[in-house]
Amino acid sequence: MLGEGILKGLAETAKNFAGSFVSKERMTTVEYPEERLPLPEASRNFPFLVYDGTDWEAGLRCVACQICEKECPPKCIYIDKSKDKKPDHVGKMQIYPTKFDIDISICMSCQICVEVCPFEAIKMDSEYELATDDRFGGLLLDRHQLAKPNEYYHKIHPTEAAEVDARLAEEKVKADAKAKAAAAAPKPAAVPAAKPAIVASSVASPKEGEAG
Amino acid sequence: MTIVFWVLAVTTISGGLAAVLLKNTVHCALAVTGAFAGLALLFLQLDAQFAGFAQILVYIGAVAILVVFAILLTRGSETPESGVFSRTWFAGLCIAAGVFAVMAWAILNSVSALPHETVAPDVSVLQIGNALMGRYVLPLEIVALLLTAAMIGAVIVAMHEKGDVK
Amino acid sequence: MVTTVDQIFVILQHWFVGYLPAILQPFAGVLLNVVAIVVTFPALFAIAVLLERKGLGRMQNRIGPNRVGPYGILQPVADGLKSLTKEDIVPFRADGVVHFMAPVVLVVVVFMGFAVLPMGRNMTLVHMDSALLFYFSMGACTELAIFMAGWASRNKYSLLGAMRAVAQMISYEVPLLMSSVAVVMITGSLSLDKIVEAQNHYTWGLPHWYIFTPWGLLGFLMFAVAATAETNRSPFDLPEGESELVAGYFTEYSGFKFAEFFLGEYVGMLSISGLGATLFLGGWSAPLEILGFMPSWFWFFAKIMLSICVFIWLRGTLPRLRQDQLMNFAWKFVLPMTLLNLFVAGLWRFLGDGWVRWVVCSAILVLAYVFVGRAEMHRKHYGPRSYRYAE
Repeated sequence: MLGEGILKGLAETAKNFAGSFVSKERMTTVEYPEERLPLPEASRNFPFLVYDGTDWEAGLRCVACQICEKECPPKCIYIDKSKDKKPDHVGKMQIYPTKFDIDISICMSCQICVEVCPFEAIKMDSEYELATDDRFGGLLLDRHQLAKPNEYYHKIHPTEAAEVDARLAEEKVKADAKAKAAAAAPKPAAVPAAKPAIVASSVASPKEGEAG
Repeated sequence: MTIVFWVLAVTTISGGLAAVLLKNTVHCALAVTGAFAGLALLFLQLDAQFAGFAQILVYIGAVAILVVFAILLTRGSETPESGVFSRTWFAGLCIAAGVFAVMAWAILNSVSALPHETVAPDVSVLQIGNALMGRYVLPLEIVALLLTAAMIGAVIVAMHEKGDVK
Repeated sequence: MVTTVDQIFVILQHWFVGYLPAILQPFAGVLLNVVAIVVTFPALFAIAVLLERKGLGRMQNRIGPNRVGPYGILQPVADGLKSLTKEDIVPFRADGVVHFMAPVVLVVVVFMGFAVLPMGRNMTLVHMDSALLFYFSMGACTELAIFMAGWASRNKYSLLGAMRAVAQMISYEVPLLMSSVAVVMITGSLSLDKIVEAQNHYTWGLPHWYIFTPWGLLGFLMFAVAATAETNRSPFDLPEGESELVAGYFTEYSGFKFAEFFLGEYVGMLSISGLGATLFLGGWSAPLEILGFMPSWFWFFAKIMLSICVFIWLRGTLPRLRQDQLMNFAWKFVLPMTLLNLFVAGLWRFLGDGWVRWVVCSAILVLAYVFVGRAEMHRKHYGPRSYRYAE
């Protein structure tokens, strides 16, 4: 009969209308600022720098090799390499970036920097509330803003972070074995001993420079 | 002759003039609508409610819309570059003047023949209905037949065009 | 006490006008009524918009607006302020005067319709012998406003929307008028006051509304369909189909002029609901005799808001029709049914009281509905469609 379908449809919407007051499960709305859906683990938007330990500056895994800067398709990464070396979180002397800026207004979230980094130092973040009232300075993140602890990485991408940690540990074991083998060989023993001495004298100066 | 009458008369006549003198065809159609509205208000001023509202309903609601539809669906909507008067404007003027003269003559002659009424006759819709269905039923039916014939003709014209496309 | 509450607005008006000098009194009385209408219906418009947004949300299992004020009830205020403060953009190629006139004509004409609606006992602004004709003549003028808006914008979407709107409104005006004529035939008057009076009596505590007769029920259904189409509401909202025409005839309007179109649309809905309530649902009369103690204006506005809710419900349910479906429905189903309804109303008038007319009229209408409906539904293929391209 004509009009049957209309009545059926009206019944359906009426059911929805009444049901929305009774059962919470019907509602599809997420009231965003108050409640948020958990992000999928694979979500990513902009890169950040991973550091180990507690001190963000000393713990940065980045050694300013500048591969990411060269590979970045839209050229949104800017790195200044340090002239000296500083001990990283395990005390090993490393070159470090005096400046590491990412302009996220240019970044296209391609993850190429992450793919090319040999030190697992740059990873993709999933932070999305980046709105700012300054579209130039506010979106240009410096290395302090970019630095986030390894624990944070574990929190947002647990599986990936575990893999990375395993890989790093493996590399460390290999490196240790190599170092042991090198230490066993008598000849180059004097060289590592000399290096820290040179660097130690100049540790203070870049820190002051950065504070200013 | 109150102020209202003069206002309405000026509206109606200026609407009619604008319809003739404006360049843009759609503007002309809208001006005609203004003239129709003025006429309807004149009817209302004479306490002829039924005629006034029927004027609005039929002329503004249907005829004006039909006119603009006709303008938009044909190629007449472009604004002419030269003046709005065609070359035969003189003939047109003569015919219009002739029609006006005949009508004025008829009205002026009939003024003396009609009974002079001081109070406007209170004609209700009921009386109009009764008159249409009683005394004037034949003219009404003739008009209806004419309109039906016109409508069938329009449908046939439209169908013919549709057949061509196929 | 009951009468005082019922007549409170009339009494207030007399009390207020009484303070003015005698020359101004008739003028002030009319002005006061007009102001009351112009204030009340935009307020109802705000409520209707809120109801629509919240109700549609609930029908789609959403919450709807809930940020402005508690439960979002101040949302219309925010919307109003926004449209007031927005920039008014007139397209460069638009026809300035007509573009400006269109929303003004629309709003004025839509508000004119309320002049003859009886909103309560003794609450009609103008008592007119041919009130219904006045209402429909004002309704016919909205088409012109819509055409003006669409044409003056110099925008293809606007023009298409306007053409669709006008074609649709002309098509559905015929059944709208025809279904009302049945009421006029039974009442024997075009005056809306008399139509309400004719329905305002009770048998066994039940009202004599026209919807409770066979021809009245069908007439009301057809009136509702035509009214929905006439106000360009979903499922007949082709003129402003967002997916095809941006916003139809008011695409090129912004700021307050856009708000005027929006207002015109909703006030038109309120007004046609008022007319439907007056014609078929007994106007301001109470639905049961024992409820007669409630003020008459309450019932009128309750009926209006109820039909607004039905409008919203329909919008939440039905998908948009295609142009040919729209026209087929108007000319091949609604119009024949209203014509038959006229015939049945005549039968009802002349068969006299008793059960015979109930049986005969119901049988004719039900049979016609079933057969016409079946014929419509079985026409699965509409034949090859041909197109004529513009030269």
